[in-house]
Amino acid sequence: MAEMWLNMGPQHPMTHGLWNLRVKVDGETMTEAEPVIGYLHRGWEKITENRKFTQIIPMADRLCYGASMSWSHLYCLTMENLMEVEVPERAKWIRTIVLEAQRIGSHLMWLAALGTDLGSYTVFLYPVRERELFLDLMQNLCGARMTYNYPRIGGVRNDVPANFERDFTRVLNHFEKRLTDYEALCDQSTIFRMRMEDVGYLSAEKAKNLGVTGPNLRGSGVDYDVRRDDPYEMYDQVDWKVCVEKTCDAYARYRVKMDEMRESCNIIRQCIKRMKPGAIRVKPPRTAPKGKTGWAHVEDPRGEGFMYVIGNGDDRPYRLKVRSPIFVTVSAAPEMLVGYKIADVPAIMGSVDMCLGETDR
Amino acid sequence: MDLRLAPHAVAMSSSEFLSWSGEVMDQLMKYTGAKKAVDRLTAPIWSWAIRNATVPLHFGIACCALEMAAASGPRFDAERLGMIYRSSPRQTEVLLVNGWVTAKLRPDLRRLYEQMAEPRWVIAMGECAISGGPWYDSHNTVQGVDTFIPVDVYIPGCPPRPEAMIDGFMKLHKKITKEMKGTFLND
Amino acid sequence: MERIGLAPGGKTGEVLAQDIAQKFPQLVTITKATHNRLYAKVDKAALVPLCSYMKDNLDFEHVTCVGGVDWLEEKKMQVVYHITSYANKVTAELVVDLPRDQPEVDSITPLWGGANWHERETWDMFGIVFVGHPKLERLLNPAGTEVFPFRKDFVSGRRV
Repeated sequence: MAEMWLNMGPQHPMTHGLWNLRVKVDGETMTEAEPVIGYLHRGWEKITENRKFTQIIPMADRLCYGASMSWSHLYCLTMENLMEVEVPERAKWIRTIVLEAQRIGSHLMWLAALGTDLGSYTVFLYPVRERELFLDLMQNLCGARMTYNYPRIGGVRNDVPANFERDFTRVLNHFEKRLTDYEALCDQSTIFRMRMEDVGYLSAEKAKNLGVTGPNLRGSGVDYDVRRDDPYEMYDQVDWKVCVEKTCDAYARYRVKMDEMRESCNIIRQCIKRMKPGAIRVKPPRTAPKGKTGWAHVEDPRGEGFMYVIGNGDDRPYRLKVRSPIFVTVSAAPEMLVGYKIADVPAIMGSVDMCLGETDR
Repeated sequence: MDLRLAPHAVAMSSSEFLSWSGEVMDQLMKYTGAKKAVDRLTAPIWSWAIRNATVPLHFGIACCALEMAAASGPRFDAERLGMIYRSSPRQTEVLLVNGWVTAKLRPDLRRLYEQMAEPRWVIAMGECAISGGPWYDSHNTVQGVDTFIPVDVYIPGCPPRPEAMIDGFMKLHKKITKEMKGTFLND
Repeated sequence: MERIGLAPGGKTGEVLAQDIAQKFPQLVTITKATHNRLYAKVDKAALVPLCSYMKDNLDFEHVTCVGGVDWLEEKKMQVVYHITSYANKVTAELVVDLPRDQPEVDSITPLWGGANWHERETWDMFGIVFVGHPKLERLLNPAGTEVFPFRKDFVSGRRV
């Protein structure tokens, strides 16, 4: 049969965010795939060279709007490495809590998007409902629903509000019950299993070589998590486990993310218990030395986020390089797609949790 | 119009007769005031029908797209107000631009706008779509979506809350009501 | 104190640094090494031999990042590689200096597929040519862009 190129995007219900997947199909089987990105490129790294260090924090929020806390935290962590600032202990505990809450929120948004992709509208409605609870918690903490502007270089902006522990515990208690509901909705649905299982195979060697990170890497059976293997904040102080699945398919990636949400609840509970009163912020230097470099990497909800910064002698960076996890995962998309049917695209690309704001920067 | 043709009406061809009689009816309605009356009666019905079917295009660009998704979630439930997203531009009336527009996206967005059927409206949601927002000095960002497509409603915020987005749609409904878009017998 | 992040049976950054310094005495300069970090300045010619040695013998299996830096006053460009070893839990930073008027370096995409789009983006933004890269085309900027926007002599502003 004659082969043809098929465009999926930029406006396509499968693309969460804005990108274009060009696939070559032979009948219904994909023989080649080529992601086209850049529809959201605004030169983030160049713009930051014209901004002061503190002005970059809200911009870092808008790198990935699904997990904005994670990115502004990564920026602050990088700057702390550059300026050699030590963060107070309480600020570290608070950061760990909000990062994990952000991870849950981000994974819930991913699950909702996956639900609409697979035609299961209930799986959209339930996670969005519970996501609102986490957004409420964040709103109590920092006043915004999505773009928080909360971490600061050398700490966090403000201390936790009254009844912070109580609210978090209530929401987590409620959420963990709901998580069982989602698993019942998805895992026990024959249609869901049929669409997710045995599609999008990505072997461990390929995943490592192609630079796939985060839940997608752990779905391929590689036991690596930046939180455990290169710990930042308080992840080495709490007791938790890295979720790994061995089956390497879209369903494994889904399972890893679901398990991670439960682990995040576990981490938050421990952090709330062990948090002690104290300072939340130290004053960082206003300028960074010229030519000095610093970098940090964290476990973003989508993979390994990384920033590399060079000081300029004044209060602006000379260069700020961002490594986005999905940028690399999209480049590995052909490896996952080729050989499967065109109808598997939403399941495969839905399982990797796309976020194009950070990809295009 | 030539009413003197009336005596020859019998000798006309069918197409000639149709256009002539149509014109006669039009003029009659205009000069007797019947047209105005019909318009006044039917326009509210038409605009009611139109504003209750302002179907937005399912097109998420950036941060505001997540608030768009949250708005159609259970807490805000924008569906009760007629905001049901469709994925084909041919089926939609409202283009919700919810994010920054880059040089690469601009031709595609323009094309999406042109693919939509009349009557159509554009809502610029968030600072980026309104004026470029935080990316005002970017080398690749279009400074406001109104530089290349007409915008009806601006929703400020970075990103606007779902309530603000729903309010923007309510403002659009008011605008449609005021415009009396669907006058029955248009000149 | 137990070294956090060190895998059982893995090598520390100091051990790896010694290994590399022995293997490439002239062309590679180790600037700093801690138990899970490794910083090195690498000559352009030694990049691919060093990388393939790191990949085959030292278990570096993941390219975290490849990025360019434009030093306008010093008239040079830099490519900064961050390469991680999952087995040893060490991240290495390799810095390669290039002349600004002819920025060319060998591609490491044949070794690690993960470097593919990083290198393509670096070319897109800085005009640094990666020799041997499979597809050096515009990635983020629209096709037909004639400038390299992240170079320091390109002034960002209202262009579109």
